[in-house]
Amino acid sequence: MNCREIKVLSHAYADRELDLVRATEFEQHLNGCRSCSQEVENIRALSSALKSSTLYFRAPASLRNRIHQSTCARNGTARLRHRSGNREVAWMQWIRWLIPVTASATVILLALLSMPSRTDGETEEVVSSHVRSLMANHLTDVASSDQHTVKPWFDGKVDFAPPVTNLADHGFPLVGGRLDYLQNRTVAAEVYQRNKHVINLFVWPSTRNRNTAKKVTIEKGYNVITWEDAGMSFSAVSDLNPVELREFAELLK
Amino acid sequence: MPHLDAAYNLARWLTRNEHDAQDIVQDAFLRALKFFESFRGRNSRSWLLTIVRNTAYTWLEKNRKHEIGTISDEEIESIQDAEPNPEAHLLKDADNQEIMNAIAELPVEFREAVILRELEEMSYKEIADVLNVPLGTVMSRLARARRQLQESLRHHQPRVSA
Repeated sequence: MNCREIKVLSHAYADRELDLVRATEFEQHLNGCRSCSQEVENIRALSSALKSSTLYFRAPASLRNRIHQSTCARNGTARLRHRSGNREVAWMQWIRWLIPVTASATVILLALLSMPSRTDGETEEVVSSHVRSLMANHLTDVASSDQHTVKPWFDGKVDFAPPVTNLADHGFPLVGGRLDYLQNRTVAAEVYQRNKHVINLFVWPSTRNRNTAKKVTIEKGYNVITWEDAGMSFSAVSDLNPVELREFAELLK
Repeated sequence: MPHLDAAYNLARWLTRNEHDAQDIVQDAFLRALKFFESFRGRNSRSWLLTIVRNTAYTWLEKNRKHEIGTISDEEIESIQDAEPNPEAHLLKDADNQEIMNAIAELPVEFREAVILRELEEMSYKEIADVLNVPLGTVMSRLARARRQLQESLRHHQPRVSA
């Protein structure tokens, strides 16, 4: 890579949007080039200045009430009035209930998700593996965003076939895969990303062949979701917030 | 009401006005409920923000047509040959009002990219979905927006002479 190519990619690099191969090439160039390193530093300085200022406008309570009332009003607004007949009556009733129901469901869900449950040895081990993968700079053995590259890679390295899904369309791009060791056995570690957050998904054959509900645990500030499905045990761990991590886990179904 | 703050923040930055932003968000929520059937369980924040943005653009089209379409995505990016100077210390001293003004002065197409990236922390892919442009355009708009922000903040900094 030369400086001209680098200048174009420096924003994608600073935003952690480059794939591993290009990011590595980019870093090699940065090591020897002061001008390009300065460019990246300037972009990061600007980003953190924007984040530390109070630039975010929160919705005023009056707006919340206004929307609540306009969607609850039985007669509807002019905008909706052109729809007529029974369909509209059913529709307005649905709207009338949707907002409060969604609001309370969200509150309950958030409360449930943020409730720490009892941690056990297994969760601790999963979190340690996650932290180790980030610290030792050994996130992936195979770096690819293509599930048809990552899945066959596990062939012959583990004695089971872990399901690998590409969730890039849902904002959880696949980064790669790695072998790890958990519960006295070799497990498949699939690495996904959500913005700047790394998600490690550990997969291994379950000893009890059963399907269990997803359980959220907090361990050392990391969120862990564990479940069993179709003869496999799954543990998703990340510093990502529990709501989005849950969204990720639900997509794997 | 999930994502109400994100919806309001985007509308507020697009209109730069509290009252119009509130009208747009209310309108967008009604439209979101109306089209809820078309929502297929993908990223709900992106989906809602797309509706907010479209509503805001309809409003801009009607009330401030001169503000939209002022940039050209085909414009070749000029690569600065000059050595970049350290700017971290300048930005650290920039006060909130200066940063707000600098963002408010950006063309609306740059402003929305910066808001979604820096304040919503969205990925390029999510931003591309909301703005309905290719990924490369997101990258180029962000690069040009940041360059303009850096320049206008540098410009506003009082020079301290030795």
